[in-house]
Amino acid sequence: MNVLLDNFPEFRDGFIGTVSITAVSSVIALVLGVLVAGLRVSPVPPLRIFGTAWVTLLRNTPLTLLFLVSFFVVPEIFFPGMSPFLLGSLALGFYTSSFVCEAVRSGINTVPLGQAEAARSIGMTFSQTLRIVVLPQATRTVIPPLSSIFIALTKNSAIAGAFSVTELFGWQKLMSDRGYAIAPVFIWVALGYLVVTFAISGLFWLVERRMEVAR
Amino acid sequence: MSASVLYDTPGPKATVRNRLYAVVGSLAILALLVLSFVRLSDKGHLAPEMWDIFNYAGIRQNIADAVIATLKAFGLAAIGSLILGVILAMGRLSDHKPVRWLATAFIELFRSIPLLITIYAIWVGFLTDYSMWALALGLSVYNGCVQAEVLRAGINSVPKGQGEAAYALGMSKTQVMVSVLIPQAVRAMLPTIISQLVVTLKDTSLGFIILYPELLQTARLIASNTQVNGQYPYVSTIIVIGAIYVGMCLLLSALATWIEKRGRRTSKGSGPGDAPETIGAPSRLRDNGSAV
Repeated sequence: MNVLLDNFPEFRDGFIGTVSITAVSSVIALVLGVLVAGLRVSPVPPLRIFGTAWVTLLRNTPLTLLFLVSFFVVPEIFFPGMSPFLLGSLALGFYTSSFVCEAVRSGINTVPLGQAEAARSIGMTFSQTLRIVVLPQATRTVIPPLSSIFIALTKNSAIAGAFSVTELFGWQKLMSDRGYAIAPVFIWVALGYLVVTFAISGLFWLVERRMEVAR
Repeated sequence: MSASVLYDTPGPKATVRNRLYAVVGSLAILALLVLSFVRLSDKGHLAPEMWDIFNYAGIRQNIADAVIATLKAFGLAAIGSLILGVILAMGRLSDHKPVRWLATAFIELFRSIPLLITIYAIWVGFLTDYSMWALALGLSVYNGCVQAEVLRAGINSVPKGQGEAAYALGMSKTQVMVSVLIPQAVRAMLPTIISQLVVTLKDTSLGFIILYPELLQTARLIASNTQVNGQYPYVSTIIVIGAIYVGMCLLLSALATWIEKRGRRTSKGSGPGDAPETIGAPSRLRDNGSAV
């Protein structure tokens, strides 16, 4: 109990850090994931190959390795001096984008064939078919897997704490360095994460219900 | 399948346009690669000396030890998580309410806490001097919970008649589970189980944070202890170690795909082998599992 009360400002910062890194990298993952899914079903072979390579590579790389790449290799190539927060969100967002891509692609596969055929037969182009007809209908089937992907993202954000991003795991480390017993610290941190993951699943539950009504 | 449905067979105009996109797209990707290459070589990361360090016997030995350390932690975690998975799945399907509740609570609790938090707490709390065991235990607990859910989904996907027939023959509950339900469930869920093992293998990299000398930790040690041309060879080390990791994970994933294909081929008619392909819950689980 005292651990939390004595170090509340740090805990609050950590909690806000976890929420914000989750939010930022979710947006990155969502945008990139949908884009790459679009590439993977596109009529242009090199872009399809790129999409496949992207997913295969990122899915089979440990996230910790991606963090190392993001912190040690990326600054050497692009803009040096990006904040750890930004680098962490990039690594997390890129990693998760491959899972989002797969979810979106399997969502696209569940849309009845007739829909795309109808869209084509009234003369829509590939991007119109995808944008106006297929993706909106795929959304409904993509929502449940996306929910678990974003919960996993929240849990993975703990790794960012080990790379000097302010968030809840950082708080756990700080507290154990200050000599507090690990059990209460563990419980508080776990509770912090539970709040975020419950919020995400609640949010997705709401979205899912709205989508259901729309049908 | 969907790829061909989403667009018409390109006519002459569309062919030209697609080719244009192909060229522009490839050029953009190529430009990005070249830019990275040039920037890296400008900073001297691609100098031969940077890569020469992998010719030293000491560093090679370090990497070999690290691969073995990673595989050791992975092996322990794989065995631990499978055993725990079976126990927890049995617990969740038990006829006794307290056992069911206990197993459910355990699974839900450890599945929703970040693995790193668990590993770190185990390391600091109990096993400070045994980082390998802390890592293996943490991985087993977390992945055991996931495997338990996979197995449960598999057992539930076995047609009901199988269990009923076994009971009608007078088998006890244990016999029904061990000799009828579990074999079919494992067969149906083998690809998912293996892809969760790939996740386990990837997660051994968390040993980096609790200072277990696995691949990534070794990479960091090599990179920060060797100085070449006044620089630390982070880029070359990360690329080499990364290639090893991706190779190992791809091998295991390939095994999963192979088994999946093989299972689909040999299953006759509507056997449980192809059940997870059509039912929503197991495939959702797979998404969930592999995302972690």
